[in-house]
Amino acid sequence: MQVDAAAVQRIARLARIKVTEEEARALEQELSGILDWVKQLDEVDTSEVEPMTRVIPMTLKERPDVVTDGGIADEIMANAPVREDHFFVVPKVVE
Amino acid sequence: MQKNTAAKTLVRGATGDWEVVIGLEVHAQVASRAKLFSGASTEFGGEPNSHVSLVDAAMPGMLPVINAACIAQAVRTGLGLKAKINLTSVFDRKNYFYPDLPQGYQISQYKSPIVGAGEVEVDVDGDTLKVGIERLHLEQDAGKSVHDQHPEYSYVDLNRSGVALMEIVSRPDMRSAKQAQAYVSKLRTILRYLGTCDGDMERGNLRADVNVSVRKPGGEFGTRCEIKNVNSIRFIGQAIEAEARRQIDLIEDGGQIEQETRLFDPARNETRSMRSKEEAHDYRYFPDPDLLPLELTQDYVDALKKDLPELPDAKKQRFVGSYKLSAYDADVLVAERESAEFFEAVAKGRDGKTAANWVINELFGRLNKESLEIATSPVSAGQLGAIIDLIGSGAISGKIAKDVFEIVWSEGGDPAEIVERRGLTQVTDTGAIETAVDQVVAANPDKVSQVKAKPALLGWFVGQVMKSTGGKANPQAVNEVLKRKLGI
Repeated sequence: MQVDAAAVQRIARLARIKVTEEEARALEQELSGILDWVKQLDEVDTSEVEPMTRVIPMTLKERPDVVTDGGIADEIMANAPVREDHFFVVPKVVE
Repeated sequence: MQKNTAAKTLVRGATGDWEVVIGLEVHAQVASRAKLFSGASTEFGGEPNSHVSLVDAAMPGMLPVINAACIAQAVRTGLGLKAKINLTSVFDRKNYFYPDLPQGYQISQYKSPIVGAGEVEVDVDGDTLKVGIERLHLEQDAGKSVHDQHPEYSYVDLNRSGVALMEIVSRPDMRSAKQAQAYVSKLRTILRYLGTCDGDMERGNLRADVNVSVRKPGGEFGTRCEIKNVNSIRFIGQAIEAEARRQIDLIEDGGQIEQETRLFDPARNETRSMRSKEEAHDYRYFPDPDLLPLELTQDYVDALKKDLPELPDAKKQRFVGSYKLSAYDADVLVAERESAEFFEAVAKGRDGKTAANWVINELFGRLNKESLEIATSPVSAGQLGAIIDLIGSGAISGKIAKDVFEIVWSEGGDPAEIVERRGLTQVTDTGAIETAVDQVVAANPDKVSQVKAKPALLGWFVGQVMKSTGGKANPQAVNEVLKRKLGI
């Protein structure tokens, strides 16, 4: 499967990663190679097989509807580069 | 609007009639104490970032653990919508970047939602419209961005981040703003009956994305636009009308509708484009590897079903059947569970229609005037019932009953005692009534001479007698005595 430069740029943009033209050329090869490698799995007939969702038999863990957390605004904010009171401050995003 | 009923929802354009096609995605906040995947509180308000756990802030290494009550609420809602409950459903990641979404993805359900197809019956202008439900799925709410605190920066509060939402997707079964509004209010009523969402639209606990397209009647579906996040029933109506008009005008001017998301601006009563095309989203959904599939047993679903409260449609039918109410009155009473319960308390052991009249006309009228809720009504169901009993026993007339209602409203107290203490008891003593009638007849010889030719004047005589007895005379008795004395 061939990934072209436009596809690389689109994927990079969706991931918010800046990619130079030179890097994109290398990534075209690399991503195409990965996809070809994964594509080999198509050779196995899985039409009668349920998708595997777990390796060992276990069920989704649930918890009761009880408030056990929160009230730690200082800790939540600890790594924020910019803050005001207990708000995260980010570049304006209004559309 | 057309006179002919089949076409009454059509909209007139320059090139003829157009049909508006509407589908809704309603986001309803699940009524729960803690969030969908964390133990932080869902309480509204609160200091910024005070109802946030490390999970909600998406700190590295944090894992989601699902809140069992949110699952139950989604299933109960599904049952209330007469929908298929999927015993296996899957949580997916919906990937996008936004400052109020710290995970970089929203945990949602994409291919396998917890609830499948269902149906809501909606009454509009005397017709019953069946609106199909396509699905209901559980997902996380995002945080809140505040844009008006600083000219260059937005402020982010994650208190809502991770709160459980139910997204309820309808089929495109509505054809007018009115139908869409009726659907949302019916949905809200059902959710409130179930107790699965408080339906508080002012706080954004119930909001809708509205899909609108137009077509020539019976033609192919047109291209739709999605109006995001409309947060009142009134705005839903206005947004649909503005958007339908925009689309019709655009097509009739030779333009083409582009599929896009739009915002409704109530101040200008118009919708406008939200995102440019290059920003078109690609959510790259995939199953969340932190969460196993959600598996339910039929026994679990059946147990929830057994405990469902009586829902508005069933209640309405019962009110019409056992209390002989009109469909309209029954609708008014079942719109809120509290109103229906109040009515039943008043109607118990009494005439249903009389009880409905008093609850709807007197009580609701008065509550509306004072902007009060039924829960805070100054007149209790017991007091209103007692007033109705006093009319029934002939102790007071309907007119005096309204005065008693006013007294109970403003001063409280036992209606029977009020009537007794203030001497409001109705005069049924024929002697006293005859005296009053004689006085009125003697004082109005001209009217007496006219009444035989104009029987309608009898009403005037009744009024005069009632006035002279301070409203305490029994109106039937007055009528009879008058007819006899006037010879009609």
